[in-house]
Amino acid sequence: MLSPVILVPAILNGLLTGAVYGLIALGLTLIYGVLHIINFAHGALLTAATFAAFFAHRFLGLDPYLAAIVLTPLFFALGYCLQRFVIGPAAHGEDRNILLVTLGLAVVIENLLLYAFGADTRTLNLDYAFNVVDLGIAFLALPRVIGFGVVLVVALVLWLILSLTDTGKAIRAVAKEKLGAELSGIDVGHIYAVTFGLGTACLAIAACLLIPTYYVNPHIGNAFVLIAFTIVVLGGMGSVTGALVGGLFIGVVESLCGLYLGESLGQIGIFVMFILVLLFRPSGLLGERA
Amino acid sequence: MVELRVERVFKRFGGLLAVNNVSLAVEAGRITALIGPNGAGKTTLFSIISGFLPPSEGRVFHRGADITGMPPHLVARRGIVRTFQIVQPFAGLTVHENIAIGAHLSRRSRADALDAAAEVASTVGLGDLLGRPAASLTVAGRKRLEVARALAAEPELLLLDEVLAGLNPAEVATMVPIIRGIADSGVTILMIEHVMQAVMRLAEHVFVLAEGRIIAEGAPRVVVDDPRVVEAYLGHGAAARLSAAGGAHV
Amino acid sequence: MRGPSIAHIVLVIAVLATVPLLTPSNVVLNFLTVALLIALVGQGWNVLGGYGGQYSFGHAAFFGTGAYVTAILQMRYGVNAWIAFALGIAAGALVGAAIGALTFRSGLKGSYFALVTLAFAEVLRILASVAPITGAGVGILITLDLRPQAFQFQSRAPFYWIVLALLAVSLIIVRLIERSRFGAWLVAVRENEDAAKAVGVDTARVKLAAMTISAAITAAGGGFYVQYFLFIDSGIAYGPWISIEALLAPIVGGIGTVFGPLIGALVVKTLGELTKLIAGDAPGLDLVIYGGVLILIVAFAPHGIAGLLTDLRARFARLRSSVLGRAHG
Repeated sequence: MLSPVILVPAILNGLLTGAVYGLIALGLTLIYGVLHIINFAHGALLTAATFAAFFAHRFLGLDPYLAAIVLTPLFFALGYCLQRFVIGPAAHGEDRNILLVTLGLAVVIENLLLYAFGADTRTLNLDYAFNVVDLGIAFLALPRVIGFGVVLVVALVLWLILSLTDTGKAIRAVAKEKLGAELSGIDVGHIYAVTFGLGTACLAIAACLLIPTYYVNPHIGNAFVLIAFTIVVLGGMGSVTGALVGGLFIGVVESLCGLYLGESLGQIGIFVMFILVLLFRPSGLLGERA
Repeated sequence: MVELRVERVFKRFGGLLAVNNVSLAVEAGRITALIGPNGAGKTTLFSIISGFLPPSEGRVFHRGADITGMPPHLVARRGIVRTFQIVQPFAGLTVHENIAIGAHLSRRSRADALDAAAEVASTVGLGDLLGRPAASLTVAGRKRLEVARALAAEPELLLLDEVLAGLNPAEVATMVPIIRGIADSGVTILMIEHVMQAVMRLAEHVFVLAEGRIIAEGAPRVVVDDPRVVEAYLGHGAAARLSAAGGAHV
Repeated sequence: MRGPSIAHIVLVIAVLATVPLLTPSNVVLNFLTVALLIALVGQGWNVLGGYGGQYSFGHAAFFGTGAYVTAILQMRYGVNAWIAFALGIAAGALVGAAIGALTFRSGLKGSYFALVTLAFAEVLRILASVAPITGAGVGILITLDLRPQAFQFQSRAPFYWIVLALLAVSLIIVRLIERSRFGAWLVAVRENEDAAKAVGVDTARVKLAAMTISAAITAAGGGFYVQYFLFIDSGIAYGPWISIEALLAPIVGGIGTVFGPLIGALVVKTLGELTKLIAGDAPGLDLVIYGGVLILIVAFAPHGIAGLLTDLRARFARLRSSVLGRAHG
């Protein structure tokens, strides 16, 4: 049962999937780290991005990896506008209200997609989706390997943005000390919106990476977002490293659980871990004290 | 009788030693003041005494009973009630309802609590503002509300955390007799305070905390002249400079 | 004292009770029964969220438990429907106490609390979708047995009166809480937990009690649902739809008020019906409207309709006194 022939591919595949999970979690943790809000709309936005990638292929013939180039700035803008013109103003700054507004957005987006496109599950049929990379000990799906690489690049780019650009520094300033940042002349509302935009952009990229190997339906976001929450809580709210490392970890856990417990119960393993971490160590293993 | 005894309490926050081997005793029925420069650890000490923070080391005794680490609501039920340096009103409720929650500590019925609250409100001068939302009060009003709510809980030991901070001299002048009145009714008071004129007029015993340790204690006049205390507030060498310049009286 | 008196509550209930006598229309009765059911579930949420300030995003956990226990005890163990219903409420309360004990002991609040309640509801949904005892993917059908002893009736009216009675009980419970020391403590916890602790409030216990009461009321809604519709599955029992409607009704109607959930439920359900009328029966549209309403209410009327009415009354009173003042001056 524990033979390496079965384990190693499972672990490797888990790592590959985990990388994309990490990217989704990255967006979430970035938003939390800077705005200090838990974005309940994250899953719905991922679903929207997935639909967008699907239709980009269906109607524009765009390969998902190319679609990412178009969708990323588009979703950045969407995220920016949502935070600047909907969430920010509606919440009047109160935590409880932010909770409700992001929940409301999640409901609206997900059900708009349901209403517009129906509950059917669709898949993309791409020629290269079934190509594999042969590593000797394991066969790995090509899209997943590409996905892994892209996530690493995105993480690097994000790190560069945060460390080297003025906006990145402003983001870090606001995350650390909002009032001080404001007094230094930083437009906090703008930075909040930029951060939200970055988080949403991560979702667009993640959606394009997922779509060759996953299906599309209005509820897909739910499945991923709770995994993303688990990762963020595990890796620490606001910790970028935590999100990526946590993603890889959860990817492997899910893969192994799925191996031994089957699909649906594998999901439960993640939820249970999520609840346990929230109850006993909400600051996560790497993050700030909650 | 010793109402409160703090014995060799330490408190660490990571690498920061906020409270460093503090021991003090508060006599029942007296007004005792805890003074010292900002960041000295005074509010941390209050939080430890009232159960909001556990000490890293040391013990707290109330009338001989060890209350170290007791949860805050149980500490309050023992008769030790604190106010907060940054006022914490029940913002969405009226002044009357705010105070009534304090009164509910010893009263079950809503009507009783509201009656008691009204009485306490007039003692502190909030009698005309009962129906106002707490959020609409001025700073001075909120400080009074903080005191009133604590008072309604009928404490035996009242921990006042900078209730005079941010008040103008006229407001301070009205608060001082209120505090005096509370003490006269038999309540022991331990107050953190920066407003020196109030400390001089109210306190019978003073502890001075600087950088987490007690550096002096005694009657107010004595403590205020102590060179170590002057240095703690005004910096190294200040005491010598002041006496060279011809005497220092705060 | 703020809030309606018991007499007000009795009056409203009495008026509502006459509806079946005034119209034989099943459409109206069905609509109102479902609306009152949502008001009941929303009242449950209101105890914890409105008065206690703890926003749960997973009240489906209690609704579903009430529903499943009522159904399972009847269908698999032959227990009398009414007893099963009562046990369903107890089971819901137990689940509420369990989740509350875990989460409040860990000091979870705000977004974390919302997250963990969401997670619990999802776990239950997944478990229910695969467990044999809940019928797994197929769900549970209650056998048709149109006798009062089996908590089923030939006509709609008795159902309507029962859910109305349940709602009445919940209104009275909330009113009693409002006037009690427990209610004062609960509201104190909502406003400022530290300040509450400083004057002797056992905040963990208060939150736990509120959660248990909240869960029991919501579970009653679940039990009623299954008797009314005679079918339950994991998506209906533990799905996000009911978690959302549970919080939407009180927020729209007036969070933290006695009648808020009732007003909100009527408004929300009416909106749902209007949406169906205008745009047809496509799935998802009603929830889109609900999500939009939630955002709008939070943005423009955070105290809900009840809050708007109170504001209007206050403004009218000020206007009146200034006009009268000028008239006399």
